[in-house]
Amino acid sequence: MTLARLPSAVTGWLLATPLALVLGFFLVLPILMIVTVSFWTATEWSYGPDFNLENYVFLLTSPVTLQVYIKTFTYVLLSWFFCLTIGFTVAFFLAFHVRSLVWQVALFLLCTIPFWTSNIIRMISWIPFLGRNGLANSTLIELGLIDAPLEWLLFSDFAVVLAFVHLYTLFMVVPIFNTMMRIDRSLIEAARDAGASGFQILTNVIIPLTKPGIMIGSIFVVTLVMGDFITVRFMSGGNSASVGRVISNEIALLQYPAAAASAVVLLITVLIIIAAMLRAVDIRREL
Amino acid sequence: MERRTRSFFPLAIFFGLFVLFLYGPIITIAILSFQGPQGGLTFPMNGWSTHWFADLFEQQAVGDIWGAFRRSLALGMMVMVVTVVVSVMSGLAFRKRFPGAGALFFLAVASLIIPSILVSLGVGLLFDQLGLRVHWASSGFGAQLTWTLPFGLLIMFAIFNRFDPAYEEAARDLGASPWQTVRHVVLPIIAPALIGVALFGFTLSYDEFARTLLAAGSYNTLPLEIYGMTTNVTTPVLYALGTLTTVFSLAIILSLLAVVWLMRRRAGRAG
Repeated sequence: MTLARLPSAVTGWLLATPLALVLGFFLVLPILMIVTVSFWTATEWSYGPDFNLENYVFLLTSPVTLQVYIKTFTYVLLSWFFCLTIGFTVAFFLAFHVRSLVWQVALFLLCTIPFWTSNIIRMISWIPFLGRNGLANSTLIELGLIDAPLEWLLFSDFAVVLAFVHLYTLFMVVPIFNTMMRIDRSLIEAARDAGASGFQILTNVIIPLTKPGIMIGSIFVVTLVMGDFITVRFMSGGNSASVGRVISNEIALLQYPAAAASAVVLLITVLIIIAAMLRAVDIRREL
Repeated sequence: MERRTRSFFPLAIFFGLFVLFLYGPIITIAILSFQGPQGGLTFPMNGWSTHWFADLFEQQAVGDIWGAFRRSLALGMMVMVVTVVVSVMSGLAFRKRFPGAGALFFLAVASLIIPSILVSLGVGLLFDQLGLRVHWASSGFGAQLTWTLPFGLLIMFAIFNRFDPAYEEAARDLGASPWQTVRHVVLPIIAPALIGVALFGFTLSYDEFARTLLAAGSYNTLPLEIYGMTTNVTTPVLYALGTLTTVFSLAIILSLLAVVWLMRRRAGRAG
């Protein structure tokens, strides 16, 4: 028995080696490097080995840090809420109201295609809509709803959350749709036969059974928004700061040890959030 | 056929609005990229022309976008091939029990959900300390693989969770070696799904930005070039470039989807 299993373990390892090497060199080592550098000292023009906690002390005592984290969590909560409500509704429609499989697949693909196109272009494409003379403002003025163009449409927190929802709702639709498609339809029939209304079926049968998908989508949206630095910079016009943006600014100023310390704190925050969410679901079972 | 419930129509309208939300902005910039030479970044259209597309072909106007395009294309191909090969190998590996499988899977998932800026910063620092020069084809390539490989691996799990092991058993019973089983039985069956992995590998690399930023060195990939343009280009040439690269992405996506469809149809006919 053990003899028969040994070769299988060996071939298993050989086959997994390339993945392990790539992740080892481009994920594990870089993270260790960041942790190391976070204890180093920066001079005006360089940075070098040292062991001090100054970067952390500065980071954790700065009032800016708290503000930035509050801002980031606000983005995370709002984006998560809208991605979830929209994503769930779309997946619900596809899974339970579209009846032919061909149509389901076609409409599902229609929803996922933007995922394979450029995020930056998708952000840029909001300019003609939200700009001062954009479609939204001119329409509202024409309808007589406002007198002067709204300034908060583009380059604002509103625009940041809008862009997040635009970019990341797909990450909710896909896992939720996937979980919904595996729900045994006879359970719904049973609920209906037992006299449940459509709404009761939704809240008592479908939502509980869809939880794993909701959780996977939520992990994606939360981590993507937590670590983002481009969407916030671009859509806020440089006016808002999130954790990711602070790190990218420090990098731009060549303050690598400070950036590394901020990155470590961000990583720990994200890991705590995910650990809390992962307790609820085993990803491998859901694919 | 069952009568449609009352909730169908509101939901259908909601879905339609969602699709409009997804595609509306990109369609708008596609229209605006045909602005006349005097036109601006917003409506109204100031005449129609292909002026801004022509502008893209003048080197000095907007930096080295064609060089960036060529680099992104080459990088996308490299990432695509490596993603498919490594994902298949790891997918096969995870079907066996090997020590450390759990840890490796955890690492792959971590790679997917780790904030991209950490990969970017870490790879940059690592190469700096090792005395290596960051370059899109070395550090940039590796940084992108940390994003595409986990997707590839998850797709492989999805594929093998639906794979009927009876085919392999049949091949083994007929005397096929493990390699022959993989080569002549497993690979042909999963081939259409591998096109999906390739699609992820190429398009995610072609549009990747956050992880490449600090790892690409002095030669920009296309998304980095476009990102640079957003700060100093205020003409519809930006839209023209956006439209072209989106059309290119769509062409790749649709042709790969068409290949999947054809393979499925052929397989269906043969079976």
